Amino acid sequence: MSILDSKIPEGPLADKWTKHKNTINLVNPANKRNIDVIVVGTGLAGGSAAATLAELGYNVKTFCYSDSPRRAHSIAAQGGINAAKNYQGDGDSDYRLFYDTVKGGDYRSREANVYRLAEVSANIIDQCVAQGVPFAREYGGLLDNRSFGGVLVSRTFYAKGQTGQQLLLGAYSAMNRQINRGKIQSFNRHEMLDLVKVDGKARGIIARNLVTGEIERHSAHAVVLASGGYGNVFFLSTNAMGSNVMAAWRAHRRGAFFANPCYTQIHPTCIPVSGDHQSKLTLMSESLRNDGRIWVPKRIEDSEAIRAGKLKPTQLAEEERDYYLERRYPAFGNLVPRDVASRAAKERCDAGFGVNKTGEAVYLDFASAIQRYGKEKALTSGIENPSAAEITKLGEEVIENKYGNLFQMYEKIVDENPYKTPMMIYPAVHYTMGGLWVDYNLQTTVPGCYAAGEANFSDHGANRLGASALMQGLADGYFVLPYTIGDYLSKDIRTGKIPTDTPEFDQAEKEVTDRIAKLMGGSGQHSVDYYHKKLGKIMWNKCGMSRNEKELKEAIDEIAELREDFWKNVKVPGTAESMNPELEKAGRVADFLELGELFAKDALHRNESCGGHFREESVEQEGEQKGEALRDDENFKYVAAWEYKGEPKDASLHKEELTFKNIELKTRSYK
Amino acid sequence: MNLTLKIWRQKDAKSQGKIVEYPISGIEGDMSFLEMLDVLNEELINKGDEPVVFDHDCREGICGACSLQINGEPHGPDRLVTTCQLHMRMFKDGDTIFIEPFRAKAFPVVKDLMVDRSAFDRIQHAGGYVSVNTSGNTIDANAIPINKEDADEAFNAATCIGCGACVAACKNASAMLFTSAKVSQYALLPQGKVEATERVLAMVNQMDEEGFGNCTNTGACEIECPKGISLENIARMNREYLKASLKG
Amino acid sequence: MSGLIKSSIARKVAMALSGLFLVFFLLQHFTINFTSIFSPDTFNELSHFMGTNPLVQFVLQPVLIFGVVFHFIMGFVLELKNKNARAVKYAKYNGGANASWMSRNMIYSGLVILAFLGLHFYDFWVPEIVHKYVEFAPEDPTRYYGELLHKFESPIRTGLYVVSFVFLALHLWHGFASSFQSVGFNNKYSVAATKFAKAFALVIPIGFIVVALVLHFTH
Repeated sequence: MSILDSKIPEGPLADKWTKHKNTINLVNPANKRNIDVIVVGTGLAGGSAAATLAELGYNVKTFCYSDSPRRAHSIAAQGGINAAKNYQGDGDSDYRLFYDTVKGGDYRSREANVYRLAEVSANIIDQCVAQGVPFAREYGGLLDNRSFGGVLVSRTFYAKGQTGQQLLLGAYSAMNRQINRGKIQSFNRHEMLDLVKVDGKARGIIARNLVTGEIERHSAHAVVLASGGYGNVFFLSTNAMGSNVMAAWRAHRRGAFFANPCYTQIHPTCIPVSGDHQSKLTLMSESLRNDGRIWVPKRIEDSEAIRAGKLKPTQLAEEERDYYLERRYPAFGNLVPRDVASRAAKERCDAGFGVNKTGEAVYLDFASAIQRYGKEKALTSGIENPSAAEITKLGEEVIENKYGNLFQMYEKIVDENPYKTPMMIYPAVHYTMGGLWVDYNLQTTVPGCYAAGEANFSDHGANRLGASALMQGLADGYFVLPYTIGDYLSKDIRTGKIPTDTPEFDQAEKEVTDRIAKLMGGSGQHSVDYYHKKLGKIMWNKCGMSRNEKELKEAIDEIAELREDFWKNVKVPGTAESMNPELEKAGRVADFLELGELFAKDALHRNESCGGHFREESVEQEGEQKGEALRDDENFKYVAAWEYKGEPKDASLHKEELTFKNIELKTRSYK
Repeated sequence: MNLTLKIWRQKDAKSQGKIVEYPISGIEGDMSFLEMLDVLNEELINKGDEPVVFDHDCREGICGACSLQINGEPHGPDRLVTTCQLHMRMFKDGDTIFIEPFRAKAFPVVKDLMVDRSAFDRIQHAGGYVSVNTSGNTIDANAIPINKEDADEAFNAATCIGCGACVAACKNASAMLFTSAKVSQYALLPQGKVEATERVLAMVNQMDEEGFGNCTNTGACEIECPKGISLENIARMNREYLKASLKG
Repeated sequence: MSGLIKSSIARKVAMALSGLFLVFFLLQHFTINFTSIFSPDTFNELSHFMGTNPLVQFVLQPVLIFGVVFHFIMGFVLELKNKNARAVKYAKYNGGANASWMSRNMIYSGLVILAFLGLHFYDFWVPEIVHKYVEFAPEDPTRYYGELLHKFESPIRTGLYVVSFVFLALHLWHGFASSFQSVGFNNKYSVAATKFAKAFALVIPIGFIVVALVLHFTH
């Protein structure tokens, strides 16, 4: 029996959450006033959790490294948010959303959690609309939907290409209301540097005021980590420059198990890397695959000519193009899940069909959508015998209406007009499904320490479907955590304020200041970015879209070596007692250098291909699925939760077996 | 290309700052403006100097963290972009580029090019929300149909990223465009109408208290806004404010 | 309501309303002046009415003076406050990139107009007041046209008038159209309203200039 207790309630799947809510302990309103909760991170999960906890009456302290909670990287989510509203009447239901999510995650997520997610999804839309989130609407005044990869219904609500922004600003506004009421104290430009445990329970954090450099102690009865994912371990990713794993990793070092670190989502539609100076990658929303068709030339000579600048993509005739997703996956076509689309792009580029100067790009083409929409629009606006130019113009208008901001963004970066020539895209690191292990209540293995949103591992299994991250973040923050945390806090109503002048806080603060001193005291040979870029190269080349035993082993050694070099030779200018962005980066990269190794270790142990984790050793050998990823349910149908034991290589594995009672395990086919 | 950068350096909020000149070479047109500053910072670090501090995060034009007054314009000479989306192909070899923080009394400098924009947060605290609690049983999202035009306009106002370019561009350092975008978003939606009176009074009051200047309708904010927030929002807020004042 | 007096928006609306009032006054003033170039009798008649009607003299005139003083003082107070809102100036400020010269320099065009008003008061208003209320000189309903011609004999004064009206045009170019925005008028009629305001900003000052030049050169 594993030491991991997922605390999944008994009973039929559809009743578990209701039953659980009915039976857990509550804290009465008068007592909530005496209870403090710290929330680290103010994105969708943290912001919504903080607001809801404060509404309930708890005293909340929020922490974010940005100058305002509104800057959290949830803001960059483009495409949309899923909800089983079935407004389109296309047969959607809680069960179907549950089914799609579990299947999309390649059967590596927890049934009960996913079902709960589907169950509360509709409430999220109601809540956000009530807050004044301006979702896209149809002419009749009702909410519009679009479809996303990996599903057969239209359940994605959106606000042009800025859904994440609108939802985050909604959560931020809910926070603002509580700040105005004095129920939330918002500590901006603060970074959590350690978790403080008292008698085995999470009782506070050590944070650094990024403006003054001061080290501060903050106590609470519970600590919620909603600090996002760790995609920046790859250096280049679609994450914000500041996104980091520090809060989660510090908690891991204090006893919180880290689950499935190797499950990373490589998003298929990003703007390709242009050069060595590149600091980050920009996503082009998956929603573009609704209308864009992905292709490379059929003949390798054409690809070569394009790369050499001798041929333009628009010069290639229809039959000279290989719409490889439509060819390989006729049922889902361009809307296969992200992991499948990414690997297919890599396969074509590795085979020499890439279309930009680095050979790492494929086309995303809107020409046929422009024609289709143009004709439709001409018909509905009563234009008889429209000219080709008119059709194109009308079609471009429709496309602009749907994706205008994305097209503009593309043009600014690449300096090419995507209405006239196909976009170039390539996969890039986008989201991390792995994270802190949590039980059904979202509590980590450290009592009183909770994790929500991307920071936890819970709902997406080995691959996340599009428009599900926003859903999960808000589900955790608005509807799950504020209730489940009450069960834990109900035992704390007589505890009183947690003092910060205790040996535990002294000790934690000392460790933090020692670590900072060590970072400041490197021999000063290389900048922090030098190490971060090196780590990113190892990760991308050896732990990226396809992985094998040999390279993973190399990665483990190389990362350990790099880490040692980092601690000896890193150069952090300035002082620790003032604003120092290099010091901030150094602390984050130091943690990435540990996480990266655990990542590789996890990827090495999981000798199967599932979702975003593709092992070259585990591939279908024959039949219709030949060459596709081969999952191994017999040996790997579990969550891998790692316990910190000093060095990442010494981490010990705990398995949480996954049981599927309501869904049949099948080969994930999108053919 | 080779460039001369004239950058504002200031140790902290209390210190005096000054413009310092840095030559930089090997800049490519494909680089973003911030990547160009990364190159400079890498050079400074390797020389043992302190790198130039500036706010930035998402680097895709949506978080609103990046700022910078570049050659006298917020987010530089390009239109409808943030500094992180500004590319060096907008400049040419031999150019001198002034890089200064967004200046306003309400935006004190934190360090170098980084400013404190918490005044914006406080304006939002004052009323930038709909007072609705989280519960599993708010009314169904489709219970109140909203005219598509209003919804679209509310959305357009809501796309404000809170970067402060409007304040930086305005000769009066006025925050009217920022404040009016939020007021407009809610004024256009039935959900926001209930508290419209209190909201506009509280937010304008807070805006004035923060020490921003007055709007004189120069329109600089609209031109420089990376999200193209329209001046119409300011007119709408003026209307809303007058209505509310006469009511209250 | 006390907030209304102090608030930035209320002040802005007050600027707009006082400005609109002055625009209306300008139109009326121009109409009377314009008659002088084709019908001295009409001009005398209207001037006499304006100069002697008690409603104009004791109600409209004080309101106008208040309007001018208010617009000036409020404009000055706002300018100071606005300058203060950016304590440290930009080393490089490219204001021309995003806003018109007129909109950025209302205080200067306003000061020129204010100086002109001083001259104008010295030329017409002060003698008029002295004539009527200090000396209690006998009323002559035909004296106005002659006085007017007399003032425009000097090429320097005529030149000053012309220059001042150029600044008035610059001031109106931004100010008139901008007052709609300030009072919250921004809708489908705004484009037309703005066009009208810009036309007004050109036509009226040019009209004043024409009157001054005609009177100068034809007599």
